Amino acid sequence: MKILNLTLYIITLLLLGLSYFKDRGKTKKALKKGLKAFENILPQFLGIIVLTGILLANFNQETISKIIGDQSGWLGVLISGMVGTVTLIPGFVAFPTAAMLLKSGAGYVQITAFISTLMMVGIVTIPVEIKYFGRRLAVLRNSIAFIFSFIVAYVIGGLVM
Amino acid sequence: MKLIRRYKFFITVTASLVILFFINYEAGIKAVEITTFSFKKMILIIPPIFILLGLLDIWVPKATMVKYMGKNSGIKGVLLSLFIGSSAAGPLYGAFPVAAVFMKKGVKFSNIIIFLGACSTTKIPMLLFEVSSLGKKFALSRLGINILGILIMSWMISKLIPKKEIEKIYLNAEKL
Repeated sequence: MKILNLTLYIITLLLLGLSYFKDRGKTKKALKKGLKAFENILPQFLGIIVLTGILLANFNQETISKIIGDQSGWLGVLISGMVGTVTLIPGFVAFPTAAMLLKSGAGYVQITAFISTLMMVGIVTIPVEIKYFGRRLAVLRNSIAFIFSFIVAYVIGGLVM
Repeated sequence: MKLIRRYKFFITVTASLVILFFINYEAGIKAVEITTFSFKKMILIIPPIFILLGLLDIWVPKATMVKYMGKNSGIKGVLLSLFIGSSAAGPLYGAFPVAAVFMKKGVKFSNIIIFLGACSTTKIPMLLFEVSSLGKKFALSRLGINILGILIMSWMISKLIPKKEIEKIYLNAEKL
C-alpha cells in the first residue's frame, strides 16, 4: 500500500510541476477546481468515516464470522450478502478476513457473496451516490449489483469448490 | 444554517458516536480508534486525487475525452473506462467526483457506469491483495466474471435509465 501511495504522489507532483512550468494561471485554476470538488464532498466523507467506525466497532470479525460460519445454504448466502452491503471495510482488511473465515469453516459461496456486495453495493454511501447521480441511478446500480453478487457467488462457489 | 444543513449527516453520526459511549463505553473507544485510522488513510490519499482531478479538468480538452471515451469511442472507450477504473485508488465513493468530471468532459454514460463498476470491484491493487489471501484461482475467476458482469450491468443500466434522466444527471455534474 505504501508503494502505491508513493507512486500516486510522485505522479501527481510530476504532473503538477509540468503544469506549473507550462502555465501558472491554469495550474492555480486546476488547484482551485480540485479544492472545490473536495469541499463539495467533504461533509459526506467525514460522515461516512465516522459511520464506518461505529459500524465496525459493533460489527466486528467475530460477529461476521458467527453469521457466515453458523449458517449454511442459501439463507447464509443471503445474510452474507446483506452484511456486505452495510459493511465498509477496505479490501486489504476484507480479503485476509475472508481467508480467515474460510479456514474456520465458512463456505466459498457465502464468502464470495460477502466480498462482492462489500465492494459493489454501498448502503452507507448511497446518500453520496444520490448526490452525484440522482436517486434513480443510484438505487438501480446498487440493486443490480446486489443481484449480480449472488450470481458471482454461486459461479465462484461452483468453480472453486 | 447552510453549513449545518450540509453537515447534517456528519453531525448526526457524530452524535450517535457520543450516544454509543453511554451505551457501551468499550465500543465507543473502538469506534473512535477505527474512525481515526480510516481518517488517517483518507487524509493521505485525498490530496493527490483531487489535484489530479483539477489538472484533468483544466488541461484535458473535452474533445479529447469525447474522442477516447465519448459517444463514438466504441471498444476503445470501453477498455479505457475499465482500465482507468481498475487502476484507481481509494474507496468507491472517491470515484464519484471523478465520474462527475468525466461526465462534464462528455464521456459516454455507459462508459461512466463501466468506470464505476471497475472502481468498485476490479481494482488492480486490490487484486494483488486478493491473490495473496484467497489464491490465484479464486481471484482470477472472480475478476473474469466481474469484468463480464460490469459490461452487462452497464448495458442494462443504460437501457433502463430514460434519456431524460441521463441528461439531468449530466446537467447536475456541471454544477458539482
